[in-house]
Amino acid sequence: MSYDKPLPVPDPESRPFWEGAKARRLMIQRCASTGQYQFPPTTFCQGAGLERPEWVEASGRGKVFSWIVVRHPTPKDLYADEVPYAVALVTLEEGCRITGNLVGVDVDAITADMPVQVAFRDVTDEITLPVFEPANAA
Amino acid sequence: MWALRDKYAIAGIGHTDYTRESGRTVRSLASEACSKAIADAGLKLDDIDGIISFNFNDSAPAMGVATELGIPRANYAVDFQSGGNAANLITLTATAAIEAGLAKNVVCFRAMNGRSGFRLGGGRDMNARGVTQYTAPFGWITYPQAMAMWRRRYMIEYGDDDEGLAEIAMTFRDNAVLNPRAMQRTPITRDDYYNSRPIVDPFRMLDICLESDGACAVVITSAERAKDMPHKPVYIMGGAYGGGPNQGDDLFDAIRWPDHAHNAFKYLGDDLWKSAGIGPGDVDVAQIYDCFTYSVLMALEGLGFCKEGEGGAFVQGGRIARTGALPLNTAGGLLSEAYIHGFNHVIEAVEQLRGVSGPRQIKDAEICLTTAGAMTCASAMILRN
Repeated sequence: MSYDKPLPVPDPESRPFWEGAKARRLMIQRCASTGQYQFPPTTFCQGAGLERPEWVEASGRGKVFSWIVVRHPTPKDLYADEVPYAVALVTLEEGCRITGNLVGVDVDAITADMPVQVAFRDVTDEITLPVFEPANAA
Repeated sequence: MWALRDKYAIAGIGHTDYTRESGRTVRSLASEACSKAIADAGLKLDDIDGIISFNFNDSAPAMGVATELGIPRANYAVDFQSGGNAANLITLTATAAIEAGLAKNVVCFRAMNGRSGFRLGGGRDMNARGVTQYTAPFGWITYPQAMAMWRRRYMIEYGDDDEGLAEIAMTFRDNAVLNPRAMQRTPITRDDYYNSRPIVDPFRMLDICLESDGACAVVITSAERAKDMPHKPVYIMGGAYGGGPNQGDDLFDAIRWPDHAHNAFKYLGDDLWKSAGIGPGDVDVAQIYDCFTYSVLMALEGLGFCKEGEGGAFVQGGRIARTGALPLNTAGGLLSEAYIHGFNHVIEAVEQLRGVSGPRQIKDAEICLTTAGAMTCASAMILRN
């Protein structure tokens, strides 16, 4: 069956991120002059004029900053078979935050600051989504 | 800082019925609310030369409403693309336009078929572009799902339980019971709150506002002109609009927001109180943007009514009830009256200060705060009679 959920549309800023995910690498940006890591990607470094950030591969390790557990599916037909599912804001070791589903853990067992690591799920021929799982699951 | 203290006033208000299915175009809802507000101010169409609204691509353009009504010269016709954070911003902008000589009498409106038409966060867009590409593919789509992430962080930082949220839901419903235009008028108990359906942890159904069809409008004019109009003027004492760093591409984009236990009110409180020359203790009644129960806590804390992390305790014990020290959302709020994107709060604020709120009237109300927005940017006004 074809994949029926929202898919990212890569753009000039995000293409390296999605190409990275397909190659099982979690790509984020870093501003050379400030040393700051950032996500989501932008064309220019924050607070650094027109300096352009570089793409770097993140460690893929982080901690749960916050999370939700979706119980009531919206849109219902798309997510009825998925609930309950968890979405997290993860603070990466590099210091920036990133979003993703939290998998491989009972949704009622998720805790604040839980160590997680990235994994990847191919959802179409073109798109691979990063997910996060408990760091000790590997 | 907004610097027009007491120089402008709300002289007219109007609204449609609030329903689940209007069966009408959004433009006609807007026209009805604007027409009523203009008449309420004792003005004629050719007295109106400004019209301002805000929308999420779900409304009618200000120019179109001016056309349907037959406003002969809508010189200052402006639409903001914005969320509920603009509900007070557009009225403040009206004062600025009049001060600058761009208009004399401005009607501001918000209109939407928010239940039967365009439902915010419906999630039907399969092509996630812009910042949405980092949220929607993970099934993080709706506003309850967005705000639940903030609420969880607050719980992590402060260990808050849900007792304050239950109190907010019950108190606002209790107010709606006395409000004939409210969409939800059946009283709820604490058990009803805790037993309401889990939607997205940590939110239950009764933490989440309504979806509504309807429109609200107000007429802004100079304090001088307002004195000659039919109703007691409601003066705009103070106002503020703003946010903190990293407001993001849209209201859903809070990935880089510094701290989800605090929202934009943390950043605009000082400007707001200075603009009006008063403090939180001077407020008689407040209409707080309650798209979710939790957003009330962040507004109260951010604006300094209580300390950070203490909002849940602050709202208990009857303090926010009609007979309490700080009555909130006296019409039932977005949780129980209707969700006209926060603009219905302005209508209620004016009615309270005119003293015409009937059984839910707060005795001797002289100063009313209205807030709008719940996430990375927000607006607020202080009104007085």
